[in-house]
Amino acid sequence: MIPIPTVHPTRWLAASLIGLGLSSPAIAQEDPIKVGILHSLSGTMAISESTLKDTLLMLIERQNAEGGLLGRQIEPVVVDPASDWPLFAEKARELLAQEEVDVIFGNWTSVSRKSVLPVVEELNGLLFYPVQYEGEESSENVFYTGAAPNQQAIPAVDYLMNEVGAERWVLAGTDYVYPRTTNKILEAYLKAHGVADEDIMVNYTPFGHSDWQNIVSDIKRFGSQGKKTAVVSTINGDANVPFYRELGNQGIDAADIPVVAFSVGEQELSGIDTAPLVGHLAAWNYFMSVDTDANYDFIDSWIEYTGDEMAVTNDPMEAHYLGFTMWKEAVRKAGTTDVDAVKDAIIGVSVPNLSGGHAAMMPNHHITKPVLIGEIQDNGQFSIVWETPSTVAGDAWSDYLPGSRDLISDWRAPLECGNYNVVEGRCGGGASEDVATAE
Amino acid sequence: MRMIRSLVQGLLCLVVVALAAPAAVAAPDDDGQALLEALDTRSYADKGEAIEALVASGDERTRRWLDALLDGKLQRHQDTGRFVVVLENRGRQWPVADALSGERLGEMSRRELDRIGINNALRGQLHSTLAVLDLRVDDVRARREAARELLGNVEAAMLAPLQQRVADEADGEVRRLLEQAIAIHRLGQGDAAAVEGLAGSLNPEARAALRAAARSDDVALAEAASGALAGIEQKLKLNRGVETLYFGLSLGSVLVLAAIGLAITFGVMGVINMAHGELMMLGAYTAWGMQQLLPGQPGLALILSIPAGFLVAALAGIAIERSVIQFLKGRPLETLLATFGVSLILQQLVRTLISPLNRSVVSPEWMSGSLMINEGLSLTLNRLFVLGFALLVFAGLMLVMRRTRLGLEVRAVTQSRAMARAMGIRATRVDILTFALGSGVAGLAGVALSQLTNVGPNLGQNYIIDSFMVVVFGGVGNLWGTLVAGLSLGVINQVLEPWAGAVLAKILVLVFIILFIQKRPRGLFPQKGRAAEG
Repeated sequence: MIPIPTVHPTRWLAASLIGLGLSSPAIAQEDPIKVGILHSLSGTMAISESTLKDTLLMLIERQNAEGGLLGRQIEPVVVDPASDWPLFAEKARELLAQEEVDVIFGNWTSVSRKSVLPVVEELNGLLFYPVQYEGEESSENVFYTGAAPNQQAIPAVDYLMNEVGAERWVLAGTDYVYPRTTNKILEAYLKAHGVADEDIMVNYTPFGHSDWQNIVSDIKRFGSQGKKTAVVSTINGDANVPFYRELGNQGIDAADIPVVAFSVGEQELSGIDTAPLVGHLAAWNYFMSVDTDANYDFIDSWIEYTGDEMAVTNDPMEAHYLGFTMWKEAVRKAGTTDVDAVKDAIIGVSVPNLSGGHAAMMPNHHITKPVLIGEIQDNGQFSIVWETPSTVAGDAWSDYLPGSRDLISDWRAPLECGNYNVVEGRCGGGASEDVATAE
Repeated sequence: MRMIRSLVQGLLCLVVVALAAPAAVAAPDDDGQALLEALDTRSYADKGEAIEALVASGDERTRRWLDALLDGKLQRHQDTGRFVVVLENRGRQWPVADALSGERLGEMSRRELDRIGINNALRGQLHSTLAVLDLRVDDVRARREAARELLGNVEAAMLAPLQQRVADEADGEVRRLLEQAIAIHRLGQGDAAAVEGLAGSLNPEARAALRAAARSDDVALAEAASGALAGIEQKLKLNRGVETLYFGLSLGSVLVLAAIGLAITFGVMGVINMAHGELMMLGAYTAWGMQQLLPGQPGLALILSIPAGFLVAALAGIAIERSVIQFLKGRPLETLLATFGVSLILQQLVRTLISPLNRSVVSPEWMSGSLMINEGLSLTLNRLFVLGFALLVFAGLMLVMRRTRLGLEVRAVTQSRAMARAMGIRATRVDILTFALGSGVAGLAGVALSQLTNVGPNLGQNYIIDSFMVVVFGGVGNLWGTLVAGLSLGVINQVLEPWAGAVLAKILVLVFIILFIQKRPRGLFPQKGRAAEG
């Protein structure tokens, strides 16, 4: 990948000038609040991340129209890490050290988050991460507004086990951190519920895999053993389209072998002919089809902002909406954008989500979310067939992995620890070896 | 189960009613309203009972309502409580018709409408009950489809009417399927005699039923089922072999399509064109553009995009050749870097001008689904078409190279540029045309790929490495080599995949090629003679 810098040189210069203290204090008072946006606008991940950049720009525009925050305007600073993981770290450093942004919203893939993490911790920045991820992490400087495994994967498996009656399981995923860790947790969970080894099939494929013939035919064979079979898919991004197409062509429909996906949302479906997918499932914390006025208002303003009547909204967009609203509330509460003050103020902040409930920031920097299971419809939308009775709090450390079961995370005083081992009674208990190898 | 049973009975009554009195007068509207109102509940069990009541009512609009329910298009207006059928559910405003009278009501906002939701369990029941209905239609194909739908979904209450159907049925295939469906049901009840009816059947449902029976406590039944299964497995082995070969050839045909254009530009002209993948991408985007121009006719659009894709990619190829490559003749490293730059520019151009998001290219009806060879083996149609298309493109290219003046000139210029020029061949013109030909073929590959994979800015990147791999493996400058190399790499990959996994299979293939190139640096079919030394 060739890095494509997008920050304008004059802006860079201006930032350095301010850094040198050449601007007068009176002007500094009126300085806008800077919000860094760290999403790939080119490269493979542009497909998913570019809409998140637009979501934030829309939220910031709306906020400025309402008079800004603390009487100051909000200024977005957009950089393009170009789907290049090490470049994410460089761009984060640029945002924090040169642009001196007050907060960063960004990242999609776990590997890009892992690359940014040391930078954000070193420079004491704030990062809001909007995508479902594998858990096993809690940083003082990161707020996880996407789902942890217990807010997406585990409830989805529960649904299949209890409501659909699945007994055989195919865990199919793309070969990287998130699917490997999630599948490890799911395997442990399934075995804890009495599923035998021979009833679990695990399969990994490379990024962008497009030839699914053999795998789909394997799944078909695996599913014809006289027990109800379900596929849990952590297949990422583009590779889903040929996967579902092959499923349709080989005649597997949702009534025989349902596929529940954790990475397929409205955005991904808008690039597919959805006819063969009707009835397959997805587990998220938000669907565009959620029937609340807050959601319809959000969709309307999104359509207005993009000017595209067919524009869709999805779960990570809601996560950014929640993250932005929470950060806004915390800044108001603290009366400043100072990172340490906001970090303390945000814990316990509760804001309305788009599905009619509330999202609260927990001491472990994860938020409470409802879990929704939806079936794909022919218009690329999901019809919600099941939801948790109340919201679920995100769990940073899974209860189903040997080393992580004893860890808790609480960033409030006096504990102030992301991985406190309750058995040994000390901070820095360390994650399980399993997780270390997965990374 | 009780619910399904009465549902089926109800539907059968409905059939009888519908057949007996085709011109029956519609029930008063308030009846329909009450029936539909029962559907508007959160509990799926209650919904199931409401469907049962709906079917039992014998209302002749039931079929329409159930179809709409199945598609998620039966909805209710929030304020008036009126039931409507949504005619088109895209965008914010949906055209709707009244569910009771069928009268068009104009457009309603999706904000005002509540959908009557169903889940997979209800969908499955609706499918099998509608299948019972469809067994009565005149169209044989629809009847076969309906009978297939019933495999594994027969309930005790259906037995008597189904056996009646078997006796009345004229089509042998439908009869056989129905008999199997009944046998599967009997086997599920523990009837050992039913095993006989399923012996030798390749249906996955029959196999699933036999497997379940083989695990049963009844020793005689378990033994009979295991025996039948062993016979089926034997038959399936052959099936599986054929299937793997087909998978391999189909993957191979994709590789051949992607590589064959490169075999001309890289193999024959010696230009390392890293933008080859992006020329494929242009072809795929042409297919998408054509479908945008001809909405509602995906098939015609796809056929028209074959020549259009060729033209677009060929013109782009000419532009690249004139603007970059002609100045870098004989400097392969610089060409590599420059064309890599071109590939990035083309990708970003598409991202900026069209969208960074993938575009959806619809498969025409005749390309979706699969061709059934026997019940355990069916070949997916889209891949079958691509396989055929790849062979056609290959044959066409061979013709051009062997039988046309252009082909002759290309071969002459590659063998000895100076001598060809001395004979009066305009080498520059030949360069342009050859590059255009290679690029155009890449465009054709893109059109075909739009049916298999994502049409997005990254499409080309995913294939460029594979293309070079195939050309080098097959022997640079040899079209036959490309064909053989592509197909054999495809088959090797698919044979390895089931036991090695997709990731490892890919690595193993790469290692194999590296070792092979060590042994035979000029590939499978090395060029011989003077051209090879130049």
